[in-house]
Amino acid sequence: MSGPVLEVRGLTACIAGQEVVHDVSFEVPASGVTAVLGRNGVGKTSTLKAILGLVERSGEVLLDGVRVDAERTDRIVRRGVGYVPEDREVFAGLTVAENLRLAERRATGGRGRSGTDSRGTTAQHRELVAALFPELARRAAQRAGTLSGGQQQMVSLARALLNENRILLVDEPTKGLAPKIVGEVAETLAAAAQTVPVLLVEQNLQVVERLAERVVVIDAGRVVHTGPARELLDDPEAVQRLLGVSTGSTTGAGSTISTAEAEADR
Amino acid sequence: MSTLILLLATGLGLGGLYFLVASGLSLIYGLMGVLNFAHGSFLTLGAFVGLAAANTVGADTWGGLALGLVVGSLTGAAAAALTELGLIRPLYDRHIEQVLVTVGLSLASVALFEGIWGPNPRNITRTDWLTSTTEVLGARVPNTAFLNVLAAAAVLAGIVAFLRFTRYGLIIRAGVENRAMVTALGIDVRRAFTLVFAVGGAAAGLGGVLATQSLNYVSPHMGSSLLIFAFIVTVIGGMGSLTGAAVASVVVALLQQLANYYLNNTGDLIVVLLLALVLLVRPSGLMGRPA
Repeated sequence: MSGPVLEVRGLTACIAGQEVVHDVSFEVPASGVTAVLGRNGVGKTSTLKAILGLVERSGEVLLDGVRVDAERTDRIVRRGVGYVPEDREVFAGLTVAENLRLAERRATGGRGRSGTDSRGTTAQHRELVAALFPELARRAAQRAGTLSGGQQQMVSLARALLNENRILLVDEPTKGLAPKIVGEVAETLAAAAQTVPVLLVEQNLQVVERLAERVVVIDAGRVVHTGPARELLDDPEAVQRLLGVSTGSTTGAGSTISTAEAEADR
Repeated sequence: MSTLILLLATGLGLGGLYFLVASGLSLIYGLMGVLNFAHGSFLTLGAFVGLAAANTVGADTWGGLALGLVVGSLTGAAAAALTELGLIRPLYDRHIEQVLVTVGLSLASVALFEGIWGPNPRNITRTDWLTSTTEVLGARVPNTAFLNVLAAAAVLAGIVAFLRFTRYGLIIRAGVENRAMVTALGIDVRRAFTLVFAVGGAAAGLGGVLATQSLNYVSPHMGSSLLIFAFIVTVIGGMGSLTGAAVASVVVALLQQLANYYLNNTGDLIVVLLLALVLLVRPSGLMGRPA
């Protein structure tokens, strides 16, 4: 049994001088999907950003057992961390092809400046992206800002999947999408999770049930529960208590986690 | 009629100079959010060093002018890259400190230039063609205006091609939109910062040498005076918009020339009023993105 691909120990994150994530610790195993759950505004997105160094942070972040919390964001990403941000964040003024070209990384295979591996794009990954998102090839010359939400999500996922990664950090990929597109995004993530572990922030419990093996529940910036996804979703009382969702079913399927009275997530 | 032609032609030439300074300011602000008050220093240094290089082979020859333009550009690029690496990079995301550093550098560099080359303007030697005029529809247009417009058009085309067809251009265009996301794709955006400073510095250095040809002198203060109008152009065009800077350069320079002639030397006042009007009606500038 291999060790966790990602370890987070005592992570805190600050936004505009205010601490929004407090002493968060969890591990992500080397396979499968680990879902980060919690009401809106409890610090899920900030946790992902803190792992990447996109916000002010302290604490330890280990990738494959190596501490990376002192490194810049781009270095961490080149170690093999694919990031699909909340709200897609495609480059609206760039074409689809340019968005994808920008995301392609060159592997250095241990010859990077720090001597560490830098994972990049391979022909195999390009083929995978072409197979998963044939529509993007047809829209290669279209400006990303003119795409629909679902198409922009494809671009955002494709950017991450173009490279060899050790882990994918995916933040609310189904947010604001039509039910049919939600299913397609979930299928894509399921396919990706066959080869790379995924840390997924998700509000849609149906998607969580479909994809996740483990869950980390955050409330008010702290981890309040970790364990198998099935165990949580099969316990309506726990779902109600931890996520504020009244499922009316045994799984919570189809429910969306409610908004907390807490501060904004970002 | 010939007076109007002359004013329009010289206005376009002046607009070319404004654009050479404003293009760098706009790119730097667009990507990095840095208001670079030291940009005029790159222009002045480029002018002095470029002219010194031109003098080695004869500033009144085409070879001397070409050498001066190349050396002026390279000097501006080197000074800008060193400024970015030494002074701006340690202060990323601390915009007030960055402004203070660039203001300090601009003041200190003028004092340095005065110490080296003296405080007073120095006359320069130019090629015969640049000292003369060409008749256009009855107006005798100074040839320096043609040179300025040509250089500005070449720089605009060069920067557009660089932004559109190179990987660094792609990084810069993406970085202007969302710098954090560029780093989250594994890209060291700091290299793009240095490159943008260097490209802006090269344009300013080129503008410095060209300004000496139009003014017929070189002075430690020429960068400061051009920088003020370049900033106005950058704000009117829209901070971060290269096309906006090009359009605003022409509009500001033409207005200035026309007002100076027809409205009793009120060109500077008219330009400031235009700036106020744009800030009131369209604060993001003619082609800038709304905040």
